[in-house]
Amino acid sequence: MRSERTPLPLALAAGAGLLFLLGPLLLIFVYAFTTEERSFAWPPPGLTLRWFAVAWERPDVWAALFLSLKVAAVSTLLALVLGTLVAAAVSRTRFFGRETISLLVILPIALPGIVTGIALRSAFGMMEIPFSFWTIVLGHATFCIVVVYNNAVARFRRLSGSLVEASMDLGADGFQTFRHIILPNIGSALLAGGMLAFALSFDEVIVTTFTAGQQQTLPLWMLEELIRPRQRPVTNVVAMVVVLVTFLPILAAFFLTRDGGETAGVGK
Amino acid sequence: MPASTAVSLSKVSRVFGPVTALDGIDLDVRPGEFFAMLGPSGSGKTTCLRLVAGFEQPSSGRVAIFGEDVTGVPPYRRAVNTVFQDYALFPHFDVRDNVAYPLMLRKVSKAERHAAAEAALEMVRLSGYGARRPAQLSGGQRQRVALARAIVARPKVLLLDEPLGALDLKLRESMQEELKSLQRALGLTFVFVTHDQGEALSMADRIAVFSAGRIEQVGSPEDVYRRPANRFVADFVGSANILPPGLVARLAGERRWASLRPEDVRLVACEGADPALVGRITARSYLGASTRLALDLGGLSVHVVRPAGELLPTEGPVAIAFEREALHLMEREA
Repeated sequence: MRSERTPLPLALAAGAGLLFLLGPLLLIFVYAFTTEERSFAWPPPGLTLRWFAVAWERPDVWAALFLSLKVAAVSTLLALVLGTLVAAAVSRTRFFGRETISLLVILPIALPGIVTGIALRSAFGMMEIPFSFWTIVLGHATFCIVVVYNNAVARFRRLSGSLVEASMDLGADGFQTFRHIILPNIGSALLAGGMLAFALSFDEVIVTTFTAGQQQTLPLWMLEELIRPRQRPVTNVVAMVVVLVTFLPILAAFFLTRDGGETAGVGK
Repeated sequence: MPASTAVSLSKVSRVFGPVTALDGIDLDVRPGEFFAMLGPSGSGKTTCLRLVAGFEQPSSGRVAIFGEDVTGVPPYRRAVNTVFQDYALFPHFDVRDNVAYPLMLRKVSKAERHAAAEAALEMVRLSGYGARRPAQLSGGQRQRVALARAIVARPKVLLLDEPLGALDLKLRESMQEELKSLQRALGLTFVFVTHDQGEALSMADRIAVFSAGRIEQVGSPEDVYRRPANRFVADFVGSANILPPGLVARLAGERRWASLRPEDVRLVACEGADPALVGRITARSYLGASTRLALDLGGLSVHVVRPAGELLPTEGPVAIAFEREALHLMEREA
């Protein structure tokens, strides 16, 4: 039974919850327009669009942004290939240790990022791999794969096994079956998984601090700006951009998988 | 390899780990034949079909299609198409693209393959459904689409895996006739798998009865029904009564196992009857057109099916009688 009107206490509780979740976010947005440069005074003494121009002019912002985009794109791509392959293996064939493998694949997202970071750092150190763009990508791929895998495996399970056999039976080889039958059926799940992976990678801090050398991804740049601020509101401007860049793909992923009930591996 | 066989299996075995699904079977299906592979679940009939389709490869032995050895050849290079039990229609294609799929793979032009798809849909009486999605069709319609898709590229042999299993009774009966007439119209070899003996008897030209990875008997419906080779076939195909050698020796003079069809048995008065054929009725079920009785003849259970109009005794001892010809002496016990 559903009553017509929300009871007042419930509405208040919901409002309080939302305020608690989103209030700090709004504060960040407001300070992006403040005229005060050194400290965050409330209320802001005045409002200005100056910081957008300043942020635009700062080469370090651009460098960090491009690095983050590049890392996110490459790790997502890597995760799409590997995650899909693992999902296909786990859901389409039976082999010894299959359950164990599916658990191990999900493990990285359950592990604290700091453990993953330390583990990767010591592994890179042991193998004498210098820190670079690629070490960051490898670090991010550990959890991006999980997100893609989770999405793909759910869709693979719903894909009737006889579809693949029917396609082969009707004359399609493995590649044609993948292109005409499998890909169209898992495409939206891959897109959703890829977008989530991209968003996760784009704002990752912990694993990145352990696997980056001199490189500064956008989140690392922001962290440093908070510790040693030069033009404080610039950080807020960048924060707004980050929110938009990560929010849009997550929103799209949500709508793409809404009717399917796939569990996307959000929660890193 | 003579080309007078459509499908030929020789000494084919298929082993899954510790399980032997098929144990050295030999089977020849003639061209243009409507062939049934009948057996209980786990008897190897589906494995046999999958070996012909190419989804499985034999552990040993050879598979040939129209004289051409296809052992080890993948499914997409065999001139054999399958109608799957769950139909396996592609959910992201409409009906027309589903049916035209094999032609698309063969790089047939769009106009040509759509025309061919429409013609195939007409054969299964689904013209005008091309633009629908599989999800918008009923079970019976989906099966017709699966049929159309399997015949559009003119395979040499059509395989059907439990083709009527998912349909309700009425639809199943009309579909049986339709499959028969489609097979005659196309002149194609049909091989179908079923666990339903009624389906096999009514549709097939010949039947192979499977049990535990072996073929118990191959023959016409009349052969397997009237002249079962052994106790398994007698029991599985139409649940015949099985009479032990001791009794058969007294009745027919030969010490062999025998089968006796329930509809060939009459009920008579006890006076003057062979004491071994006297017993009492233990159960009775009304089947509409007939009545089925279970009798206990001193430990031997016998079923009797009589037409509905017949007056039947309700209690007391009763004797059974049958013509000597109704008693079929079996070649082997098992």
